[in-house]
Amino acid sequence: MASWGEASQSRLIGKRITRLSGKDKVTGKAKYTYDINRPGMLYARILRSDVAHANVIDIDLSRAEELPGVKAVLPIIEVGKKLRYQGQEIAAVAAETDDIAKDALRLIFVDLEELPFVVTEEDALAEGAPQIRDWVGNKSNPGTNEKGEVEIGFNEAAVTVEAKYHTPVQTHVCLETHGNVAEWTDDQNLTVWASTQAVFGVRDDLAGRFELPANQVRVITEHMGGGFGSKFGAGVEGRTAVQLAKITGQPVKLMLTRRAEHLVAGNRPSMTQHVKAGASRDGRLIAYDMRGYGTGGISSGAGFQAPYVYSVDNIRTERFNVTINAGNQRAMRAPGHPQGAFAMDSLMDELAEKLGMNPLEFRRINDPSEVRQAQYTLGAQEIGWHRRNTIPGSGTGVKKHGIGVGSGLWGGGGGRGTQARVTINADGTVEAVTGTQDIGTGIRTAIAIIVAEEFGLTPTDIAVKVGDSGPGLRSGGSGGSQTTASVAPVIKTAAEAAIQKLFEHVAPLLQAPVDDLRVGNGTIYVASDRTKTVTWHQATGLLGMESISEGGNWDQELRQHGVAGTQFAEVEVDTETGNVQVIKIVAVQDCGLAINRLTTESQINGGVIMGLGQTLLEERIMDPLTGRMLNANLEDYKVPGTYEIPEIKSIVFDTHRKVTGVGEPPCIPTLGAIANAVYNAIGVRIRELPITPDKVLTALAQKKHKEVSNG
Amino acid sequence: MSEKDKEQKQGKNISRRSFIKGVGTGTVAATVAPAILVGDEKAAEAQTDEAVASAKIQLNINEEVTEIEVEARTTLLSVLRDGIDTTGNNVDLTGAKLICDKGECGGCTVLVDGKPVYACMMLAMDAQGKQITTVEGIANGDDLHPVQEAFIKHDALMCGFCTPGFVVSSVALLNENNKPTIAEIKEGLSGNTCRCGTYPFIFDAVETASQEM
Ligand code: FES
Ligand code: FES
Repeated sequence: MASWGEASQSRLIGKRITRLSGKDKVTGKAKYTYDINRPGMLYARILRSDVAHANVIDIDLSRAEELPGVKAVLPIIEVGKKLRYQGQEIAAVAAETDDIAKDALRLIFVDLEELPFVVTEEDALAEGAPQIRDWVGNKSNPGTNEKGEVEIGFNEAAVTVEAKYHTPVQTHVCLETHGNVAEWTDDQNLTVWASTQAVFGVRDDLAGRFELPANQVRVITEHMGGGFGSKFGAGVEGRTAVQLAKITGQPVKLMLTRRAEHLVAGNRPSMTQHVKAGASRDGRLIAYDMRGYGTGGISSGAGFQAPYVYSVDNIRTERFNVTINAGNQRAMRAPGHPQGAFAMDSLMDELAEKLGMNPLEFRRINDPSEVRQAQYTLGAQEIGWHRRNTIPGSGTGVKKHGIGVGSGLWGGGGGRGTQARVTINADGTVEAVTGTQDIGTGIRTAIAIIVAEEFGLTPTDIAVKVGDSGPGLRSGGSGGSQTTASVAPVIKTAAEAAIQKLFEHVAPLLQAPVDDLRVGNGTIYVASDRTKTVTWHQATGLLGMESISEGGNWDQELRQHGVAGTQFAEVEVDTETGNVQVIKIVAVQDCGLAINRLTTESQINGGVIMGLGQTLLEERIMDPLTGRMLNANLEDYKVPGTYEIPEIKSIVFDTHRKVTGVGEPPCIPTLGAIANAVYNAIGVRIRELPITPDKVLTALAQKKHKEVSNG
Repeated sequence: MSEKDKEQKQGKNISRRSFIKGVGTGTVAATVAPAILVGDEKAAEAQTDEAVASAKIQLNINEEVTEIEVEARTTLLSVLRDGIDTTGNNVDLTGAKLICDKGECGGCTVLVDGKPVYACMMLAMDAQGKQITTVEGIANGDDLHPVQEAFIKHDALMCGFCTPGFVVSSVALLNENNKPTIAEIKEGLSGNTCRCGTYPFIFDAVETASQEM
């Protein structure tokens, strides 16, 4: 049975290894799509709707076309069609410089007939609201789920909680905006540098749309500046860049502006839950009744997990999708999970309090995961769970501390569909090639580690080529935390096959059977007689004019699906300013076999910080009067900066030696942990994210008011 | 760029200005009410009119003098990334990134006379006579700066798109204060944004680098 071997036998796997791309990234040499400069390259921009809903009456491109330096102007929407959200594409220009392209956009004249719009869930659901899609109402047909008898559950419940939880729309904020550089080498061959999470996905998408055989489209993503789920297809901007390059016969660069990135390049849908839940006296969660909805903008897909993580006997849920005039949702880091986790973990604490039970104890009773049970112990110890306020809000002073816990789960087991080739050349060089892409997770380095481990070399000895469809070695998109678990088994089996081939060359020289050969540190030796050894270069020198080049196959014994995680947060709430400062997060993350512990820890940090942003800072704000997003920039749309960063103690919790992805799961438990810590600090619950100072101050004022009127 | 191309470009600038002036007096077609015109003639005119005034300037970038023709509106960042010098070579210093275009993210940070500056917020013309150091000029040939070494060691980068900005800001911070506390590191780097969440390891890297310097 295939295996990664014992930890004690690994030289590299599971250790902390610095990234292969590190030097290029710290010196500015790393070339992202945005950095590609091609001879004769044009700069393209897209004119976008500045209104939420309108009929297009007329588009006049003529003046833009006449502007010197403009090489092409392309309508994107047809006259007579509807614009359905702010930011929707109207037309594009390609010009000699970016500034000329900018000028040209101002010379495109568009007559629009504005239509009534809705940009908030409330407005969309209001009686008499304008129905913004002709083919279906603003509210989708609800999906329902039922298990057990929820009414019986409530009858038996000793305590019940009824609450409404809400998380707003969050945007991905990829620092490299979506974009492409398109170049036709001739009218049948296209090369596209794409900022994407799916090199082959973009290739196939463009091949289909431009009616080319797929192998005549080459997509390159050497480095990319963040995707978080939003960068899979070529997108309107990708197709536009290719079209403009075709019209002009010149390479075209088209990157979205920061504003467009917020408006049209995806977002995490909102969530609103009206939930009622009940628990028995002995702390079992026995009834859960939820009615909820979310908006994914003009598209559907606003799903979320409810209930989440914990077992409930009797469940009834109903959820629907609300359409509004705003940009489409796209998958965003653990789609549906963080919002579900926030509501569920808040609810769990509310129930525990009514039961007079320690919230951790209440979780232990209801959490079916053995892994998380172990993690609770570890995390509680690390954060100092005993230090929490047994009576929430009972701390003294202006700055109050609190501690909370949250949980999450994810899949990340990978799948078939990756082809790879590992090559050993006579000069001793080694190449590993596959069509995956490094979106910042460090898969390039993970590949090098696996090959180097098999060959007795160091990771820097391995030339890893990813992010290029040119070699025709397909791999899937980087989504669902599936990359490592999809790629690693294929690379490992390819490397195993290659080293076997090399052993066959070496065996006669060492006068030993192939199965008695082993790799050492840059050597190959005979296991039964360690004095018989050759260096790596002596061995590869035997290849003469040949190279060894082997493929691999996905072996599901080498990976595992399903990870559990739990996090503990300590916060400090300033009761005068309302500011919440997260002091510490303990993230106990089930990781399986972490190929590279260093980059795994980076992933955990990154997830926690994105979760923190969603909890405390991030919110797309739509103006119901103008239909526009009010914070489509990095000043008013707050993402975590240096001041917000707590101490993060990441505990790589590896229960087995099989590979699993962890790109997404660490962003999930953070929300509940922080929200519960805030409650523990101030004794008032904030059920609507983000937990901003105004909400904290309002909550504190209401609490005081209640105390005064009760007292 | 060839001599002919250059002339053409200059010629185009002139005709572009008069062209814009020309359309500026034009009238807009009648529209169905209520209607909105997305195009903005006045803004286009004003912007372009002012912007096309161009000049040849010299910039000292990474200890090399680059001569380049810029418009008044050309930012230092666009010279670094997209500029073509008067000998026709791409400047091609693409380490500094345009991320927010508004002085909000620090992705475009370069050193100007040793001080960190957002290159998206500085006009190229204002950078004349100053020493500009980009991330490409931080290492000494193949010898990485201690900040760069420490960033690699601590994995203070994931996608790496923000990294050049953080590296330059960290160098600037340590040049000012070579033994910063964690609070001072946070303050010194508060003008930079990372979406991947590399901050904790960036703080570690700056601490390590400060010990090396
Ligand atoms: S691009 Fe210059 S500060 Fe953001
Ligand atoms: S490393 Fe990706 S944005 Fe900082």
